[in-house]
Amino acid sequence: MNSTQTLIKDLARQYGRDRRNLLPIIQGVVEQENYISEFAMIEIAKELNMPASDVFGTASFYSFLEHRKMGFYVIRVCKTIACAMKGTNQIMHAIEDMLKVKIGETTPDGKFTVLQTNCLGWCHKAPAMLINDEVFTDLSPERVREILGEYMRKNR
Amino acid sequence: MNEKVNITINGVPLRVDENKTILDAAEELNIKIPTLCYHKDLCVAGNCRVCVVEQVGTNKLPAACATPVHDGMEIMTNSLKVRNARKHIIELLLAEHNAECTKCYKNGNCELQELAAEYKIINQEFMNLVADHGCTIDDFSPSIMKDDSRCIRCQRCVRTCAELQGVNALTVAYKGSEMKISTFFEKPISDVVCTNCGQCVNHCPTGALIEKNYIEEVWEAISDPEKHVVVQTAPAVRVGLGEELGFEVGERVTGKMVAALKRLGFDAVLDTDFTADLTILEEGTELLHRLKEALVDKNPDVKLPMATSCSPGWIKYIEHMYPEYLPNLSSCKSPQQMFGALVKTYYAKERKIKPENIISVSIMPCTAKKFEANRPEMHDSGYRDVDYVLTTRELAIMIKQAGIEFMKLPDEHYDRLMGESTGAGVIFGATGGVMEAALRTAYEIVTGREVPFENLNITAVRGEDGLREAKIKIENPVKEWAFLDGVELKCAVAHGLINAREVMELVKSGKSDYHFIEVMACPGGCLGGGGQPIPTDPEIRKRRMEAIYAEDMGMPIRKSHENPEVKQIYQSFLGQPYSEKSHELLHTKYLPRERY
Amino acid sequence: MSVTTYQLKRVDLIFKNENDWKQILSKTLKRKKEDIINSLISSELKGRGGAGFPTGMKWKLTSEAKEETKYVICNADEGEPGTFKDREILTQVPHKVLTAMAICAYVTGASEGYIYLRGEYKFLQKSLYNAIGEFERYCEEIGFHFRIAIFMGSGAYICGEETALMESMEGRRGEPRNKPPFPTDSGYLGKPTVVNNVETLVHTYTIFKYGAKKFRDLGVQYSRGTKLFSISGDTPIPGIYELELGMTLSDFVEEFGDGDTKAVQVGGASGFLVPRKRFAETQIGFQGKLTGVSLPTGGSMMLFNSSRSMFNVLNNYLDFFEEESCGQCTPCRVGCQQLLKGIHAVKRGDKPAVYLNKLLKLSENMQYTAKCGLGQSVGNSFASIVENFREEMIF
Repeated sequence: MNSTQTLIKDLARQYGRDRRNLLPIIQGVVEQENYISEFAMIEIAKELNMPASDVFGTASFYSFLEHRKMGFYVIRVCKTIACAMKGTNQIMHAIEDMLKVKIGETTPDGKFTVLQTNCLGWCHKAPAMLINDEVFTDLSPERVREILGEYMRKNR
Repeated sequence: MNEKVNITINGVPLRVDENKTILDAAEELNIKIPTLCYHKDLCVAGNCRVCVVEQVGTNKLPAACATPVHDGMEIMTNSLKVRNARKHIIELLLAEHNAECTKCYKNGNCELQELAAEYKIINQEFMNLVADHGCTIDDFSPSIMKDDSRCIRCQRCVRTCAELQGVNALTVAYKGSEMKISTFFEKPISDVVCTNCGQCVNHCPTGALIEKNYIEEVWEAISDPEKHVVVQTAPAVRVGLGEELGFEVGERVTGKMVAALKRLGFDAVLDTDFTADLTILEEGTELLHRLKEALVDKNPDVKLPMATSCSPGWIKYIEHMYPEYLPNLSSCKSPQQMFGALVKTYYAKERKIKPENIISVSIMPCTAKKFEANRPEMHDSGYRDVDYVLTTRELAIMIKQAGIEFMKLPDEHYDRLMGESTGAGVIFGATGGVMEAALRTAYEIVTGREVPFENLNITAVRGEDGLREAKIKIENPVKEWAFLDGVELKCAVAHGLINAREVMELVKSGKSDYHFIEVMACPGGCLGGGGQPIPTDPEIRKRRMEAIYAEDMGMPIRKSHENPEVKQIYQSFLGQPYSEKSHELLHTKYLPRERY
Repeated sequence: MSVTTYQLKRVDLIFKNENDWKQILSKTLKRKKEDIINSLISSELKGRGGAGFPTGMKWKLTSEAKEETKYVICNADEGEPGTFKDREILTQVPHKVLTAMAICAYVTGASEGYIYLRGEYKFLQKSLYNAIGEFERYCEEIGFHFRIAIFMGSGAYICGEETALMESMEGRRGEPRNKPPFPTDSGYLGKPTVVNNVETLVHTYTIFKYGAKKFRDLGVQYSRGTKLFSISGDTPIPGIYELELGMTLSDFVEEFGDGDTKAVQVGGASGFLVPRKRFAETQIGFQGKLTGVSLPTGGSMMLFNSSRSMFNVLNNYLDFFEEESCGQCTPCRVGCQQLLKGIHAVKRGDKPAVYLNKLLKLSENMQYTAKCGLGQSVGNSFASIVENFREEMIF
């Protein structure tokens, strides 16, 4: 049994094997692996005795449950109105420039994926972004470079 | 007792059960409210919004299909507000739909097209979105094609696959403007758990899901003078075909169909019913062998209950979902494939035609049959046993293309050698039919007497319930089958794969002690098959079923083992039922597939 | 003289933390259920999530539903652009929310509660679980059996719609259900369910603490009590403010504007845009308002000054809806795409200016025909922006 299978078995034991436990289980996988792979979906389907298609259909509904391989750090920059007014595009450019990737892409070392997202609920401190679950607000290009610099120095 | 409420629809007062929807209530007054995502076979979705109506006194326009009536409700189904909103909705659907109707297989049989025509949507002002979506066409399956550009996201197919079939090959994926009907990980239909049953095709209102058609290939074969083109017609085709060609639902058109096939240019028009009868002899004998081996010899390798193997949707379902029960499947091929194997051997020999010059075509109520004919297992004649499978719908298209006035055709007869059939073969087209036919024969083999039912009609196995059970007690058997004396033969019949699952779960849990189970993948059996005329609903299937049993009652011979051509083939070619030759040509084995 | 002039009235009820939840809980649990419901009804508290349904009625209907199992759900899927008050409540006064949930459970007969927390607020999960742990221990102490769990969302705005939220909790795509049946009859797992917004629950706490009258005395007719406003955009003092309902936008802009306010979006992307010329006549409150607009969503106030292009604002909103629509119903799925594509076509000159009229008609029909509140309210911002700033939409 590989680590994904073990993880899913553990999650199923923890949350239960009803359909209503599907999201917590997928979330648990995403928390560990940063995305939900085809393999993981099949394992979940087996564990919950449900159609694999429905695992896919459900997961793909939620924008935080990516089924494409993601980097170790997933950067989600808010693009909704307040952040847009306060220069989210400049933030994006700073990130793209620094990591040398475009929106939706992952750095070749697999460390960062850059995404845009809808309102994060920090409009009074716009612009805002998430790196995995951590929130960063009142961003400026300089501040973003600082933050990313720290992350780039970090080991996984 | 349901409470009654008083409502008005378009000013007409109506007293109606309070749990009814506005749509049902309007139907009582013969007021038609247009629908798209609504289907009588399926649960209510309420997502297309075409059926919106005005509820006087409120600002919103509720969906008639999803809104229950309540006392004092005043409904307007055709107010200006309703018309304008409804027109907008149809326009919106057309905007995301590839509306090149002349290039669509469903042109002329499309619910969206009909609605657009009804509402005279002539100026399409909204912007076309088809190009924005990067739609794909999946044509990898030999049975079913999926064209996302024609999809209106009504989710009927998804509900069909889940509710009627319990297969869940299709799902809704993504959200917002990217929402689409998808398979697991957007794989081709041919790579997922799809059973090719075609119920999604039958329930699709547009051309997004269609059968893969082989009309041109068949025309080409017919016009090739080198080729001897043989056609077989499945039992359920004769009670469905008329619907496509001007007849009422439930009209039997056997003779006209034969006449039409001859006029289309087929060299021989034969009947799948013949191999249905043959199936009964093979399968009935197999069942008796299994009973003997299991009950007398106590052979642990012999599995009971034995399950029928006529329905290719069911076969693929069990391969995917219950592979451990493959040994329970009768080893008999389906009648189509028995026919295919015999056409290029027995028929070729008798008619003195080189088998390589024979093109074998079958007309089936079924899309899964296309997949079945394509299976690697199905080459026992040394050639591909069945070359082309056409659905009932494709046959109707060919008849129209040929300019044949179907309704005015005389009744004609099948050609000989493999064209004779019995009532037992005919009822293969209805759920419970294989079981009934098998019992008529097996009981007689075992006891030497006819089944103890009035007019041979084993009504317990008939009907529309998803899962039915019957018991038949064997008394005073002939010597050879003496061990069966007093045995109560327990049978189960299921149709629609959701009910197949139920029966298999019963078997799996050990709660059942069936000897024999019949499963048909489609609701109603083949008469409700994925290749039958569209639309389908419980009422339509009921009328086709009545037609099947009427056809049976009208047949001079109603027991498979009395079919003279069947007797003849055993005499001159196969020897005995379940013989070595039979095994070589008429039996097969299936292999497990992945469930996910 | 009976002309009332209303001034902006700041209030401090919600975030005032006197750490008295234990008293409030045990005191209220001793009251009769009918009594609690009646006091909620007489307070005239309406839901603060967006739809504005009378909270007392919701609790009453659920308490009357004849089922063994019932649920209380706190809707913390705060996703409306420009809204961030619930996050602050859950950060600062989570025990008030939990207390209110427990009292709701007592009144309705539920024994399980859930907080549906949006995925974007995952960082709150830990502190919230700590609060829940402490809270459940106290409940056990006083012999009241009630469990609360957090259900995490995963990035889908539509899950704030209560039936979509329940679909999501059941492990499905967050697609809103047909109504009826309403959640008070058939909600989570088919059982009667109260779904209340975070802020609504805190207001009930205020009512349990100070009595219905104190709450009712705040605000104006049809719009009683206070409201948390999430204020952002072109303002020197963005943040969360508790204000009495009923103020005019002029008063509001006076206080929060930057001196150059061109328009205010009231109620987030699914709310209305009010242009400067209508500030004076627009009062902030619920349906049944005196003039002006209602409060269709959770109190987002976004200010735009004259440097802003209203085309870009609308474009941003429509982009949001096009992605966040669940996609199941035609008017919303296709309508949002049409509106978005349409304004660009007009802006580019690919479509004539009169095409805006067709789009306005469409947005109106979306209001009538969409299956849920999302699709029904896209037209709010669309119509109010296009009608008031038409010239900015045209090439």
